[in-house]
Amino acid sequence: MILTAELIYALTGVGLFGMGLRGALLRRSLLGRILAINICGAGVFLLLVAISYTGPGVAPDALPHALVLTGIVVAVSATALALALGRRLRETARE
Amino acid sequence: MGIQLWLMLDLVLSGLALGLGWAAVSSRDSQRSVVFFIAFGLLLAIIWARLNAPDLALAEAAIGAGLSGVLLLSALRDEPAAAAAGDMIRGPKALLVTLLSLALTALFAWVLLQTLDVADKVRMADQIAAQLPNSGVTNPVTAVLLNFRAYDTLLELAVLLAAVLGIQALGPARPPYRAAGPLLGGLIRWLVPLLILTAGYLLWAGAHAPGGAFQAGALLAAAAVMLRLGGDPDAGLPRPRVQRLLLVAGIAGFLLVGIVTTAIYQSFLNYPDGWSGGLILLIETAATLAIATTLALACIGGRPAGWEPAESGAVPTRQRESK
Repeated sequence: MILTAELIYALTGVGLFGMGLRGALLRRSLLGRILAINICGAGVFLLLVAISYTGPGVAPDALPHALVLTGIVVAVSATALALALGRRLRETARE
Repeated sequence: MGIQLWLMLDLVLSGLALGLGWAAVSSRDSQRSVVFFIAFGLLLAIIWARLNAPDLALAEAAIGAGLSGVLLLSALRDEPAAAAAGDMIRGPKALLVTLLSLALTALFAWVLLQTLDVADKVRMADQIAAQLPNSGVTNPVTAVLLNFRAYDTLLELAVLLAAVLGIQALGPARPPYRAAGPLLGGLIRWLVPLLILTAGYLLWAGAHAPGGAFQAGALLAAAAVMLRLGGDPDAGLPRPRVQRLLLVAGIAGFLLVGIVTTAIYQSFLNYPDGWSGGLILLIETAATLAIATTLALACIGGRPAGWEPAESGAVPTRQRESK
């Protein structure tokens, strides 16, 4: 097995996914969980981009890049929605 | 020798990503977690640049590090401080979750090692490269987003709209910030025009270079967030009626083009020859405005002032009476 950039980043992505999953299950606060799920998602993005990398000077596969680009935007709006839900939940609990 | 140096860089970057990710997930203090997460987003932007994905680097720098950071920091403001300590569940349950997560990660890593070399090296990249001259643009990522897989992007804009409508439905906006002091105010007066200019450039450049609707929209939203942090309660957004129009502009642009192409060529979003470039720019312009408004309203975190119609109380009452 040769150590390539592709492999290094793909394994990093897998590691981040596992880390985020553990955090999402073990954190108590909503903010911590949302943050952990974002790390989880970042791991998936990294895996996708790493396997589309084809070496220096070669044009990489654009399809995963397009997927990840939409993914980044969807992730931030989902995060905003989750945070708004959390805020509403706290306000409802206070009433 | 050169390859050895690249590998060193790769190992350092992945080590840092894992370290920052771990710090963000397992830090005891929520505030510290958020700061680590913002640093993680910036590092990710560098990694995208390293992996020949400049489109992603631009979007990540603006969204992953910028807008997410603003969102999480403002959420931190109304998070009770008591939650900061003892945020992690401990004990045998935690051990079990850790072991299971480790097992799953190891399984994924094993699958990856087994399949990475076997995977067919002839990927979609060749097909995209072959069809690129027909797409109307020369940036392959824009070609995939706005031409080959335009359907996906249309539905993604619908997802964004659904998310922002959900946020609007949950309550009024967060209270506005204090008016900025002379230093921040001066900085904002310089930065906002530059951000708008850069967004316009990215939108135009997206056809042939890294950039496009998502990056441009994110930068415009960043300008709006800057204005809000400087004390403008409306974040520089236009009147609520115009905001609504802007929110649906992306989907409307897409559907308009789709319906016209369906009427003439009997195929949805299949651009006629020679028109692709212009149509893509039209859709991207509308999508930029929609994405910018969506992200700005998401950062405000609720209905801005004046969003409700004046007679909002009357409708539910009438419904109740009719039952």
